[in-house]
Amino acid sequence: MDQAALAHEIAGRHLDRIGGPITALREVAAEFGYIERAHMEGVADAFNLTVAEVRGIVGFYSDLNTEPRGRTHIRICQAEACQSVGARELTAAAVARFGAGLGETAADGSVSLEAVYCLGLCTSGPAATVDDRIIVRATPEALAP
Amino acid sequence: MTVAKVPRETLANALGADGIAAELAARGHDVVRTGSLGLCWAEPLVEIDGIAYGPVQDIAHLDAARIGPTDEIPALSRQHRLVFDRCGRVDPFDYDPTPIRAHLQRQPADILAEIEASGLRGRGGAGFPAHIKWRTVHDTPSDRKYVVVNADEGDSGTFADRLIMEGDPFRLIEGVLIAGHAIGADTGVVYLRSEYPLAAEIFSEAIDTARGMGLLETFHIELFVGAGAYICGEETSLLESLEGKRGEIRAKPPVPAVAGLFGRPTLVHNVITLCAVPGILEHGGAAYAELGVGRSTGTMTFQLAGNVERGGLIELPFGVALRELIEDWGGGTRTGRDVGAVQVGGPLGAYLTGAQLDTPMTYEALAAIGAGVGHGGIVVFDDTIDLVRQAHYAFAFCAHESCGKCTPCRIGAVRGKETVEALIASERPEVELAIIADLCDVMEQASLCQMGGMTPIPVRSALGLPQGGD
Ligand SMILES: Cc1cc2nc3c(=O)[nH]c(=O)nc-3n(C[C@H](O)[C@H](O)[C@H](O)COP(=O)(O)O)c2cc1C
Ligand code: SF4
Ligand code: FES
Repeated sequence: MDQAALAHEIAGRHLDRIGGPITALREVAAEFGYIERAHMEGVADAFNLTVAEVRGIVGFYSDLNTEPRGRTHIRICQAEACQSVGARELTAAAVARFGAGLGETAADGSVSLEAVYCLGLCTSGPAATVDDRIIVRATPEALAP
Repeated sequence: MTVAKVPRETLANALGADGIAAELAARGHDVVRTGSLGLCWAEPLVEIDGIAYGPVQDIAHLDAARIGPTDEIPALSRQHRLVFDRCGRVDPFDYDPTPIRAHLQRQPADILAEIEASGLRGRGGAGFPAHIKWRTVHDTPSDRKYVVVNADEGDSGTFADRLIMEGDPFRLIEGVLIAGHAIGADTGVVYLRSEYPLAAEIFSEAIDTARGMGLLETFHIELFVGAGAYICGEETSLLESLEGKRGEIRAKPPVPAVAGLFGRPTLVHNVITLCAVPGILEHGGAAYAELGVGRSTGTMTFQLAGNVERGGLIELPFGVALRELIEDWGGGTRTGRDVGAVQVGGPLGAYLTGAQLDTPMTYEALAAIGAGVGHGGIVVFDDTIDLVRQAHYAFAFCAHESCGKCTPCRIGAVRGKETVEALIASERPEVELAIIADLCDVMEQASLCQMGGMTPIPVRSALGLPQGGD
């Protein structure tokens, strides 16, 4: 199957769900690592939307990434409670260490970094995630893949 | 066999609670996975035969982490827990549906009267009286009505929605069922942010359990997980998102209570607002209204976060002084330095300093100093805070999260950010400050929603500009 058909199939499972297009696109991103144009075509077709509408949705939500991520994906909280305990310094150290800025992937594809705004762990910041692992009171060392 | 309670909760899990639970089970304890007690500073907090230990690093050296009998921990016994009474105490899935069945036997008119008597106001931010929305939805004729739960909890410094959905998901289901019964809705939709995967897992399990108990025979509850957008916490943006679209703000009127999800009358409430409802029916609206101060009735789930020694969830009647929360409950800053500033009510809340910290935590007292309760988040900074940098962040956050529908916010936030940068480099800061003051007035008065409309609050407070200019 081509990518559009694969995305169409995923979308087909969410046609009657509240917020269906968004859930379908979340699942596409989780399944294929990112959302490409063919996926948008498949989802648009399934929901009877235009590709422009689907592109608009994808552009709006930060979870719906259109570029591949690094082999390890690190999110660092940038919000106020984490700022108060060193999130800015942690972020600077991580950027230097992994060779990628926020929203970027290192040249060798090893790590991608992303800003996140609050993980609900605000008593124990700086908070971060490394793939599915949650890190609190994070240090640059604790973020290593 | 001894009973060991170990939280199944995101923070405790990040600190090793799953492993601790497995080890305690291997040692022959009868392990019960509870929610968190909200004493986040003590996580992972383990309770063995009524004695609390925390933070537990190594179960071979439990005694080093002994706190004492759970019922006698002052940080818990001095709270007034109506919403969080069960959370952390019990296995949430060991659930007795008898009380909710009784509540659902009551007449809608009777329930509406209790909510009105309670004086309950929304805990999502705006503090709007709940009963007015309930009555509007109730009185608006429609083939279908909805209860929508706002679990988008985007404010930095807040985690009450997460804690209750992980630790007592049935409390939320009860609130939704009671509200649905009272207003005549048959569907409830929970909008949960994607940053909370464990809450999604536990809440889904709770929906299944409730269905198995026969609680959802005439009412449908659906969980929707968001896709990363702070603005979707605003109720009309949230409704657009639930309809599968970009989360662009809708102009009001019509308010969602008249025309909300798919154009139908919709009761939108924050998680904690709905979680207060079962307690109000149990104890009576009048008893609830006796707690708190004036029109700030009942308890508030304050969340103490940031640079603070003992952060966590503190449920108390409205009226406690901010300073008491930070110093007595929180033990001052984590770094041991003086408090520099405190941001109350999330990213759209004011930075408070000095004598402002003596303000009682009520809607009215905070409004009087140009601040707000918001969702109850309190973020402490020590005296190394750079307030100009925080003003820059407030504009940058607004620029990042703006839905783009109106110009004052879409353009204003970017210009604001640039002007703060110019201010930092400026030889004559009064020039830039005047521009920022002007820009704040425009954003406050001309933005379509409170994202652009309230960004001036943190900006002005951080830069020492007066609030609410006109
Ligand atoms: C930018 C913005 C973000 C918001 N985020 C949230 C949120 O995350 N959770 C929430 O309950 N309310 C949030 N609100 C408030 C909602 O618009 C709405 O007032 C609330 O859900 C109503 O519920 P309540 O009456 O129980 O407070 C936000 C408002 C704005 C302007
Ligand atoms: S104030 Fe900002 S978020 Fe609100 S409608 Fe305008 S552009 Fe959208
Ligand atoms: S502000 Fe970083 S987890 Fe909440």
